[in-house]
Amino acid sequence: MEWETVIGLEIHCQLATRSKIFSGASTTYGAPPNTQACAVDLGLPGVLPVLNREAVTMAIKFGLAVDADIAERSVFARKNYFYPDLPKGYQISQYELPVVGRGHIDIEVDGTLKTIGITRAHLEEDAGKSAHEGFADRTGIDLNRAGTPLLEIVSEPDMRSAAEAVAYMKKIHSLVTYLGISDGNMQEGSFRCDANVSLRPRGEETFGTRTELKNINSFRFVEQAINHEVERQMDILEDGGSIIQETRLFDPDRNETRSMRTKEEANDYRYFPDPDLLPVVVDRELLVALQSKLPELPDQKRQRFMDDYGLSRYDSGVLTAQRALADYFENCVQSADGEAKLCANWIMGELSAALNRDDRDISNSPVTADMLGQMIKRITDNTISGKIAKQVFEGMWNGEGNADRIISDRGLKQMSDSGELEKLVDKVISDNPQQVEQYRNSPEDKQKKLIGFFVGQLMKATAGKANPQQVNELLRRKL
Amino acid sequence: MSIDKKNIQHIATLSRLLVSESECESYSGDLSNILGLVEQMNSVDTRDVEPMAHPLEITARLREDEITEIDQRQRFQAIAPEVEQGLYLVPRVIE
Amino acid sequence: MYRQTLSELSDALVQKRISSVELTQHFIDRINIHNPVLNSFITVTVDAAMEQARAADAKRARDETTPLTGIPMAHKDIFCTSDIRTSCGSKMLDNFIAPYDATVVEQLNNAGMVILGKTNMDEFAMGSSNETSYYGVVTNPWKDNHVPGGSSGGSAAAVAAGLIPMATGTDTGGSIRQPAALCGITGLKPTYGLVSRYGMIAFASSLDQGGPMTRSAEDAALVLNHMAGFDPRDSTSVEQPAIDYTDNLDNDLDGLKVGLPKQYFNESLDSEVAVVIDNAIRELEKLGATISDIELPNAHLSIPAYYVIAPAECSSNLSRYDGVRFGYRCDKPRDLLDLYCRTRAEGFGREVKRRIMIGTYALSAGYYDAYYLKAQQIRRLLQQDFKNAFTDVDVIVGPTTPDVAFSIGERTEDPVSMYLSDIFTVSVNLAGLPAMSIPAGFKNGLPVGLQLIGNYFQESRLLNIAHRFQTITDWHRRIPEAFQ
Repeated sequence: MEWETVIGLEIHCQLATRSKIFSGASTTYGAPPNTQACAVDLGLPGVLPVLNREAVTMAIKFGLAVDADIAERSVFARKNYFYPDLPKGYQISQYELPVVGRGHIDIEVDGTLKTIGITRAHLEEDAGKSAHEGFADRTGIDLNRAGTPLLEIVSEPDMRSAAEAVAYMKKIHSLVTYLGISDGNMQEGSFRCDANVSLRPRGEETFGTRTELKNINSFRFVEQAINHEVERQMDILEDGGSIIQETRLFDPDRNETRSMRTKEEANDYRYFPDPDLLPVVVDRELLVALQSKLPELPDQKRQRFMDDYGLSRYDSGVLTAQRALADYFENCVQSADGEAKLCANWIMGELSAALNRDDRDISNSPVTADMLGQMIKRITDNTISGKIAKQVFEGMWNGEGNADRIISDRGLKQMSDSGELEKLVDKVISDNPQQVEQYRNSPEDKQKKLIGFFVGQLMKATAGKANPQQVNELLRRKL
Repeated sequence: MSIDKKNIQHIATLSRLLVSESECESYSGDLSNILGLVEQMNSVDTRDVEPMAHPLEITARLREDEITEIDQRQRFQAIAPEVEQGLYLVPRVIE
Repeated sequence: MYRQTLSELSDALVQKRISSVELTQHFIDRINIHNPVLNSFITVTVDAAMEQARAADAKRARDETTPLTGIPMAHKDIFCTSDIRTSCGSKMLDNFIAPYDATVVEQLNNAGMVILGKTNMDEFAMGSSNETSYYGVVTNPWKDNHVPGGSSGGSAAAVAAGLIPMATGTDTGGSIRQPAALCGITGLKPTYGLVSRYGMIAFASSLDQGGPMTRSAEDAALVLNHMAGFDPRDSTSVEQPAIDYTDNLDNDLDGLKVGLPKQYFNESLDSEVAVVIDNAIRELEKLGATISDIELPNAHLSIPAYYVIAPAECSSNLSRYDGVRFGYRCDKPRDLLDLYCRTRAEGFGREVKRRIMIGTYALSAGYYDAYYLKAQQIRRLLQQDFKNAFTDVDVIVGPTTPDVAFSIGERTEDPVSMYLSDIFTVSVNLAGLPAMSIPAGFKNGLPVGLQLIGNYFQESRLLNIAHRFQTITDWHRRIPEAFQ
């Protein structure tokens, strides 16, 4: 039988507020355990939550960016369950009335556009962390993360492959970082997702039984986890078995998903409106103000890159996928006096390769946008050739300074003195009479190929510093 | 509505309360009586009545996003049953 | 001195007829003598109190005073105090010292009051007789073997017996008014949101409200001046213009429209108590009030709705008591589940556990609509009843309780009978209205309380009515014989 995969994602995105969602404690990552957990975060008796304005604003910005309905009135509820990283015995979350309602975004997979529905996005507080190492028969609890604001973005079950799920997750990641509402740092857990996966016979309308894959914290893992789960479910279904609705954990080390220990009792979260918090009301004025202040978003930027820089749709897409990369590109173009295409090629080629090789992020590239732009300027003004530029780039990457300095330190300037070059051309011609003979006796179309030999010799003789165009010209004349 | 002992055990587990067999019996009686009282609510038709979660019809006042708390770990952990290396300790949790 | 009201003592301090140190010592002596019988205090803080008293006297010398400076007081043991244990009447918090002060504590400290200790209460404020306290029952000062009411039973008994001129209380379903009535003192439950709940250990967050328990309405006004006020740390705190609650105390009551809810004068009201209440109403008439009957048609549903909403909120509010970060932890937990279940089973008393279970049940899957949502709808109906009533009358008057104090142990085996002692008080909390109980007479030597219910933020009006009533009656000046 042919099966169709159905995927929905719940993305947990940590909002980049300074203080926590319901307390004035800092949200900075990496502090010593429990030094950023105040009385409210610890759930001490008598203390009360007060909602952070910025968290609400950020959620609304997201809603506006995905063209969603923003709730005029939203309500915080308590989700009740006991766990050591949940100090109050309940998580404050939004249940019936979330701040962001129905919206949508477009994704692109293999050149095909597809719209993915967003069911809702709601605000909630994060839990703390458990540390299992270092204590024989104990678990240690660090509540620094408790109370950090999260935006949980729930998609419709609109994705049909792991690739679509990855594209969707990347698109949301790109949106929240563009909006500046999250640092999107996946290593630190600022951006993670749960995936709901099910299969159904192709053509079938009703959904199959789904499993929930928990806490996936990288794009690569989303793809792996979903593909493994799809295979697992398919094996079961093909054997005539049925899927159990359950929560599964993806283990990247073993490359498999496994069932989380099912609790004796089914979860009964007993949601009810949090009596310590009042309904949040968003007025039209605020919406209009926020809408007008929204930054340029990835799709708009992509279109502009195509229009303004004459880049291809593909190149624009790559360059605008990350806000930091797009900013890098634009700064680079400015430094390179508008040589957009050359900048795009260098960024997507040499720079990307170097970043990948050294596992670096664009934000901490040793070659800044200005450095790269200045170097590109040296290509366009014929100071260096594209080939020599690769050496210059390596030098910059390794910290030898900016392009001009490397060009002069290493003596990489192109030979522009035509007299000297002419002498070298004469020498190459006189040193290789056989090849000259062959060239002169060949038809024009073949000559084009044969001239490469002389160019190569010239480049060898000048250690690549000759201007290839100039060399070609001289050779053609003299031959 | 009466609550039998099985119900009591289920509620007790949800509430994380250890309830012995003999207590179960008396809780079952108490809770059934209380629910009997509570079910007088059914004497009135409340269709179309908007539920009231809060006495005042006011809306949330929001806090500015400022860090106002300082590290008080030492003070907070002085009243904790078991801490080590700044962490609160609980019996080992298996995940 | 113990016979005097807080305002009289305040005058004595102003006129320097007495010092705060002397006053404080006087009440410490009375506590030492009488508390072993009454058990109205869980903690007495002699040294800290004397220090605060000296500081108050020093302030007076520098003229940095409020009318409350140097006046001894006690907090119900539900208000967090940073240097004094806050037990909430529970074994769960027997070792708990809060790392912060409640806003109310901070405000009264700033006003210069002297804390003599923390008063006894029903465990986590769940009870109507003070019998659920981990620290034992409190005796009603008017009669041995009778309850003082609850949950602010310790505060009520201490004020009634003259061990303290004023104590704080909290009222979730009658916990200020009912013990005030049963002990013969003045108790005010303000409008929800007027007094900050920060640092006041939560029972049912949408119902809880702190207030003063005093010998007179004038005293309550003086204290409310410093208890009320907007608090940015409490999201449900209301921004209201500051008022001096003593300003209108002497206002004329001519033309005051008093409504008597028919539903409060039915067969559930003891006939002798009814007579006392009738007499009190006649006094109001003498002061110029016009009396009419009103309807609160859904009043009989207030107890059923309350015993869903309050337990539901409490079941969640009390989840934080898990033996991990503070408070009681069971001995040698085998695993996490054992830690939770045993800590909570051993740390909480029976009534608290009953309410946690009722609340858990009412919120659980499949029952939410039938119980919790239904109760919230009834809550709306009750509020509507009050709104309708206040279009016709200025104040609603009736008995605070169906009968006077009952004997210790009489109702502990039957929770429902205990719950019914709050039949006239809980609807006020569900609606969030302000209300008072003031002494109105006696039945068989036990005090009877008159309840005054006002519209939202009409505390000033209530205090005015109560004060005028107290200028022509002297029930509030009586002191039980054993404590004279």
